[in-house]
Parts: sequence; structure tokens; C-alpha cells
Amino acid sequence: MSIYKKKYERWYKEKVLKNPIPEKSEFYTSSGIKVKTVYVPSDVKGKYFDKIGFPGEYPFTRGIHPTMYRSRLWTIREFSGLGDAFMTNKRLKYLIEHGETGLSIAFDYPTLLGIDSDDPLARGEVGKAGVAISTLEDMKTMLDGINLADISTSMTINGPAAIIWGFYIVTAEINGVSPSSLRGTIQNDILKEYMAQKSFIFPPEPSLKLVIDTFEYGSKYLPQWNPISISGYHIREAGATAVQELAFTLANGLTYVEEAVKRGLDVDDFAPRLSFFFDSSMDFFEEIAKFRAARRIWSKEMKRRFKPKKERSLWLRFHTQTSGVSLTAQQPENNIIRTTIEALAAVLGGTQSLHTNSYDEAYGLPTEKAAMIALRTQEIIAYESNVINAVDPLGGSYYLEWLTDQMEEKVYEYFDKIESMGGVLESIKKGFFQKEIAESAYRLQKEIEEGKRVLVGVNKYVIKEEPEIKVLKIPEYVETRQIRRVKEYKKNRDMSKVESSLNKLRAKANEENLMPYIIDAIKNKATLGEIVNALKEVWGEYVEPIII
Amino acid sequence: MSPEKRIKILIAKPGLDGHDRGAKVLARSLMEAGFDVIYTGIRQTPEKIVKAAIQEDVDVVGLSVLSGAHMYHFKEVIKLLKKYGASDKLVIGGGIIPEKDKKKLEKIGVAAVFGPGTNIKKIVEFIKNKVKRN
Repeated sequence: MSIYKKKYERWYKEKVLKNPIPEKSEFYTSSGIKVKTVYVPSDVKGKYFDKIGFPGEYPFTRGIHPTMYRSRLWTIREFSGLGDAFMTNKRLKYLIEHGETGLSIAFDYPTLLGIDSDDPLARGEVGKAGVAISTLEDMKTMLDGINLADISTSMTINGPAAIIWGFYIVTAEINGVSPSSLRGTIQNDILKEYMAQKSFIFPPEPSLKLVIDTFEYGSKYLPQWNPISISGYHIREAGATAVQELAFTLANGLTYVEEAVKRGLDVDDFAPRLSFFFDSSMDFFEEIAKFRAARRIWSKEMKRRFKPKKERSLWLRFHTQTSGVSLTAQQPENNIIRTTIEALAAVLGGTQSLHTNSYDEAYGLPTEKAAMIALRTQEIIAYESNVINAVDPLGGSYYLEWLTDQMEEKVYEYFDKIESMGGVLESIKKGFFQKEIAESAYRLQKEIEEGKRVLVGVNKYVIKEEPEIKVLKIPEYVETRQIRRVKEYKKNRDMSKVESSLNKLRAKANEENLMPYIIDAIKNKATLGEIVNALKEVWGEYVEPIII
Repeated sequence: MSPEKRIKILIAKPGLDGHDRGAKVLARSLMEAGFDVIYTGIRQTPEKIVKAAIQEDVDVVGLSVLSGAHMYHFKEVIKLLKKYGASDKLVIGGGIIPEKDKKKLEKIGVAAVFGPGTNIKKIVEFIKNKVKRN
């Protein structure tokens, strides 16, 4: 027994157990990991250089860059999109003017599902939860006056990601910017859509094929673009714990790499462009441990399974968003504090880019004022708190290192479980992830109802009279205006060209890389909905099993 | 109808958004509270929801929308219930819904809108009070 362990036990018996003020209860992280009173060197297993080491060196526990924020701050990237292309263009320019360094586009539900604004299924939804983009013209309008050679753009789009990406590429070309100089990300993480968020269109297999098409196309023509953002955010927000978020996300990531390698791609041609996206919620240390464990597990598994030659292929680069679910409708200003704590965890965890939520998001899309406070939150952390001075400043904390190990251990338990079920696709079909997430969500709700988990303003320190807050409303004329625009676009084109480009797309759907065919269809003025419908004819649509 | 017949509830997600956490947690909690609950799954049209409500002879229709499209979908459901002579069903709603919209929805016949952070016991009590069996 180590000296630390012996001394710890002595201290525990003499001091803790005999403490006149006993500990209130047992303490757990939000994932349910039991936490001791205090941590000592013997709690951290293994060798320093194997597990922790230096930033910018394998296994990258301390960060992917040697100097992190001392060389370059994280990218401040506020997710925004509202109404139609005109409204979003205005908001994007506002954010750039106020210091945002990367764009991040939110699309409305019809767009997310590949439905044109003028489709009856889109009624009532156009422009409500993000921007409506049905045509090349919409994309051009949204990006009008923004220099695409200078800014990186992240687009939260999954089912129809390849098509929206096509709109972006063609818009850039029209503006004289070559694809090779474009920087940005399409989320394009279809696997997590079957687990959470649920904006799937096609069945899993063809969807996965389309994702690998974008990997291949990107590695050839858009070497600075991230063709995927492998996302835990939505899994977490749907109810998963931090452990589940991490395990399911990394399992999805490894599945994409496997598929791409199966296609014959060289791992070093695409792995450096894989990016990740995590949630940062209220359990401060557990979140930091999650980010550190994420980097370590990813680099270990990439090395072991795929043996890349480039060091960059081992990097887990990630974007973080603070937790929307952690925000309360009650006393909404308190959300500014929650977001600050979550943002700080992301920075201490070594994120590459960050979105901070606005305090009014339990009511609707953020107002300009709320979006400004969210932006300022990041700037205050970056420029006033000095947390950026040293890299991985919490590394070496006995508690944090122990917690990082715990996260890793529990993630591997899930890996084994998923593997024993036949992998990620099989586990999706069996409803495994959906059940796990639903179960966690239900348990969490119960804990809140029973007061075991405190939410200030919701189940403790409740006030009777809630202040009214200002809410952003998308005016009704936006939908009408957008429908008119799409209808006009459809009138002014050569239908025989549209038809022939869609026919080619259908014919090649299962055979070739579809990106060139999608781009050809876009140039011939096919709309988002038309391209998606052509593929639906070949691939069918996915209907999920209902799991409560 | 025997007085013991349990209250029957349809939890539905009209529109395109896939945020089903709230709907699922509520469906399960209402089951545990002793109600008969049917959950439609995501991406339902108002037409489908109203038909299911009538076919299943439910007492309560619970609508969940988090995409901002609540005004359209809730109105459609209320309109169709009227059209098919099923206005007696109690309609409740939840989601990301601003206060002003809540009031508007209550005016057109939505019995109550429960926002984020609502204690489920409150919803259970509400339903029990409103749906009295003879």
C-alpha cells in the first residue's frame, strides 16, 4: 500500500469520521460517479508521461496544441439563423461587427429535413428555428457581402448536409472564391440523428454512404474544410449523461473512420479534418474531465485501430456549446451565470471554438441584446480572467486526473457493450442508444421533481412573480415572402436541365460519389427539396421505432 | 362506461422538430401517474393527430412543439377537432412558447400551456381536475 493511501486512511478515520459536522450525504457527479472527500496522488493511476504528458503530444490529454490559447484564442462562434436569408444576413453581419470570428448557421426545420419552403409540409415552420434555405439564391442572399475567403463557416445541417454544402461551394465560386480556400464545417453527423435530435431523412446505410462521399470530396477539393462535426451535443441535450455523451460520440466517430477506410480512403487524407462537438453543462469538473478524456481516448483508439502516419490524424479538435437544457424559463437572467460556468469549463477543457447560449432561449430565439451578452461572456473569459495564461491549468489536480480516468473507464465499458451488439448501426436498429438516453432523461426529471437535484428558481428559491422578458418573434410575413421567392426561382429555369441532372443523380445514387452530381443539379437550379426527393425515390425514408 | 375507466391521453408531436425529450418524459410520467397514454412519435401532421385522438377516443390531447411553430400547429389541431365534432377533448401544450403566445393559445381553446421547468405533478393535477368522469 502506498504511503498516500495509508495516510489517507488514517486521516479519513481520525478526521472525517469523527468530524463534529458530518458530511451531508454521498456525493455524485451528474453522470452518477461517486466522489470521495478529497483526492491524493495515489488516486491517479499510471505514469505521468503515458497518460498526461505535454500539450501538443500524444495522448493529447492536455490539449492538441503545445501553446493553446497563448498562441491563438478559441474561435468565438455564435450559432445564429432566423427567418429568411435577408434576416440572417443582417444578424451575421451584426455578429461579425461585434467581434465574432467564425459564422455558425442554424437552419429551420424544413431545411433540416430537406423540404422546400413552399412544400405544404413546411407550413408554419419556415424561418422559425433558423434560416430557410431552399435554393442557391437563398444561400447567395444569406452570404451577401461576407468574404468567404476570410471567414470560416459552420453549418448545422445533417440529413441534407451534402446539398447545403453544395449551395455554399457554388456560392463561393460565383463570388470568385475557390473551393480549396474555403474554411468551415458541416455537421453532417447522421448517426447521432438516429439517437437524438432526429433530423434524419434516409435510412442509416445510404445516409452513411453520403457522409463518406463528403469525406472523399472534401479531401480532394476542400482540404481546409471539416466535412463532419461528430456531435455529442444533441445526445446530451436529449437526456444522456456526460459519460453517455462521450461514449456514443466517440463510437460514432470510430464508425465513420471504419466506413471511410472500407471505401479505400487513406486515413491520413481525411482524419485530420474530422471535428467534434460537445456539450458543456453544469457539472464543472466532470465536463473538464470529459474533454480531456475525449482527446486521450480518441488518439489512443485512432492509433491502435487505424495506424495513421500523420500526428494530426490523432487530434480530437472540438467545438463546444453550453447546455441549452440547463437554462431555465424561471428567472431567466440566472442563465447568464450558468452559461458563464459552462463556458469556463469548455475553455479549461481546451475547446477549439465555443458557442455561449443566450439567457432567453427557454422562450425563443435570442434577441440582439441577449446574443450580445452571450458574446461578451466569452470575451470576458478570454481577456479578463487570465485563465488562458497556462495550458491545461487544472491538469495535475488529483481530483481532475482521477475523474478523467473514470470517464475513460466508463467509456470503454460502453464500447464493449456496443461492440457486443454488433456495432453502432446494429445498436441503433435495436434502439439501444434511444433507450439509454430516454432512461437517463426520465431519471433526471425524477430527481428534479423529488428535489434531489436542485435547480435554482425551479425547485428551490422560487419566486411567484416572474418578470416579463422580451422575446424575438419571427413575423408571419417571412414565411409568405420566402414561399414567393422559392416559387419564383422555380419558374425561372430550364426544367429539362433540372430533370436531366436529377436523373443522373438517381442513376448514380448507389454507385458513385454524389457530390459532383449534387453540384451539377444545383448549378442547373434544382432546389434542396427536389434533390432530396430524387434521393428518397432511390433510398426510401427512415421511420424510427417509437421508444419511450 | 364504468367510473373506474382511466383517463386516456394522447401525447403528440406536431410538425417537424425532433426534440422529443419532453414529450417522452411526460408520456412516461403520466403512465406512472395512472393514466392511459399513447405517444405518437415525431413529425405528425395536425390531421393525423386529430384522427388518432378520435380513433383512440382519448380525453386529453397533449401537444409538444419546440420549433417555434406552435401557433400554426396548435391552431390547426383545435380547428380540426372542431371540424370533426371532437371539441370536448382537453387540449394542453408544452414547449418553447413565449408568454404572449401562451395567452393567445389559451384564448383559442388550449386549456393550458406548460413551459420548461413545470413540475409534472402540476400537469397531473390539472388533468384530473379538468377531466371529471360521471
